[in-house]
Amino acid sequence: MDAITENFDLFLSGYWTSLKICLIALIGALVLGTIIAGFRVSPVAPLRWLGTTWVNLIRNAPLTVLLFFFAFGLPEIGVRGSYYVFGVSALVIYTSAFVCEALRAGINSVSSGQAEAARAIGLPFMSTLREVILPQAFRTSIPPLGSVLIAMFKNSAVLGAFGVGGDLFSVSDTLTSAQGYAATPVLLGVAVGYLLITLPAGALLGVLERRTAILR
Amino acid sequence: MSHDIVLYDLPGPRAKRRQTILAIIVGLAALAVIAVVLMRLNAQGQFSGDLWGPLVNPSNEDFAAVWGLIADGFVNTMKAAVLAIGFSLAVGTAIGVSRLMLGKYGRIPIVGFIELFRGLPVVISIYFASRVLPDLGLNLSGWPGGEGLWFVVIGLTVYNSVILAEILRSGVNALPKGQREAASAIGLSNLATMRLILLPQAVRIMLPALISQLVVILKDTSLAAVLGVYPELLNSAKYIYLNLDNPIQALFVVGTIFVAINFGLSKLATFVEDRMSHSRRSPGRETDDQVRYLTDSSKIVQ
Repeated sequence: MDAITENFDLFLSGYWTSLKICLIALIGALVLGTIIAGFRVSPVAPLRWLGTTWVNLIRNAPLTVLLFFFAFGLPEIGVRGSYYVFGVSALVIYTSAFVCEALRAGINSVSSGQAEAARAIGLPFMSTLREVILPQAFRTSIPPLGSVLIAMFKNSAVLGAFGVGGDLFSVSDTLTSAQGYAATPVLLGVAVGYLLITLPAGALLGVLERRTAILR
Repeated sequence: MSHDIVLYDLPGPRAKRRQTILAIIVGLAALAVIAVVLMRLNAQGQFSGDLWGPLVNPSNEDFAAVWGLIADGFVNTMKAAVLAIGFSLAVGTAIGVSRLMLGKYGRIPIVGFIELFRGLPVVISIYFASRVLPDLGLNLSGWPGGEGLWFVVIGLTVYNSVILAEILRSGVNALPKGQREAASAIGLSNLATMRLILLPQAVRIMLPALISQLVVILKDTSLAAVLGVYPELLNSAKYIYLNLDNPIQALFVVGTIFVAINFGLSKLATFVEDRMSHSRRSPGRETDDQVRYLTDSSKIVQ
């Protein structure tokens, strides 16, 4: 266990970096995902096609392929950036497709009477969506959105494996490969680090799920 | 689709005009973006024969080698995915059934196991398998397919078996209560009830979720390329572009293969789901809703 106590600072900073990556990716993915979900239910056909194509392409491609594309493909056409920027962008884009689907499932679960009533009092599409449907959809979407976000935190480990320096996963790589610590305790430390977030988050999600459950 | 249309009125003449104008603007904007990207690619010489030739031109000297690599990678990806789903199914069923059948306290270690591995990133499990197993003195290099394959399969199995166990559990719990009661009433033991009555029905409900999980597994095999432990499809792409210096083209081809397979599998899952929700009218609405919830939530696990 020396590997962990001696390098506790490194673990902490790795933790902090992972959390920072996730916070940025969280905001980006929620915003982008909500916009794409809006596209997917909009009355304008090309917007719907755009949304559907986006979701089908991104959801079916591995995150790793997106990462490779960003990090090695984009520089070929003159887009320069750090691994950090490329990694976070790939994570945002990947997660946005899942956020969109969680929201869309939520929108579809709002009973059609709500939308019909909104239309009957003369609300246009944007108001129907913003004032009647989405507030209810968000509520139903909390459990699936939560699982998407937990999955995103876990996916941020891929960024570390990929070489975005300094996050929790790359700490294990630094310690075992470069500094020659035994792999088992270091990896156990990293695993505990991830579980410290995912387990409480999962439990919280279970509580939220029971609290927000609506009988229909 | 009919559900989406509920959100807005059937367009009248003015709304129709507005929507047409918007559609044209959006269409033009999308085309403009595509055009800019293509021009940019073209300006950087990304459409040159040097870069695409090995991938699309059969008379190119590297064509055979490149597609040989892609084929090898594809076979390896499939091998890992099929083995992983097979083992996950076996282990997951065992875990799920024991969680369902053990008492309130007996299942605590199982629940702990499930929560533990569900919360761990798959990259970590694969990395764990590749670093810790050899440390523990477990030598996998003699196993058929080489140790890399087994690192990936073990890493994927650890994660996906607990996910499948949970899918199985919600499948069994979604069955009408009368099934278990009827089985008890005719004198079947707990195990026989599970094996003969509950599992066969639950597996049917689980089928779409299983297929969706296969998509997740297929995508996760590519993590091996990041860790560099196993020569799967993405690793082939890496090898190709490191040698030919054509990352965009090689990744495009490999990405297309991944998307095509997974898109097909996702469509299959939706198809199976639709067929089942039509054939399973009898147990009542509640069961149908639970089926839908089950498959919906499983799609967004990753």
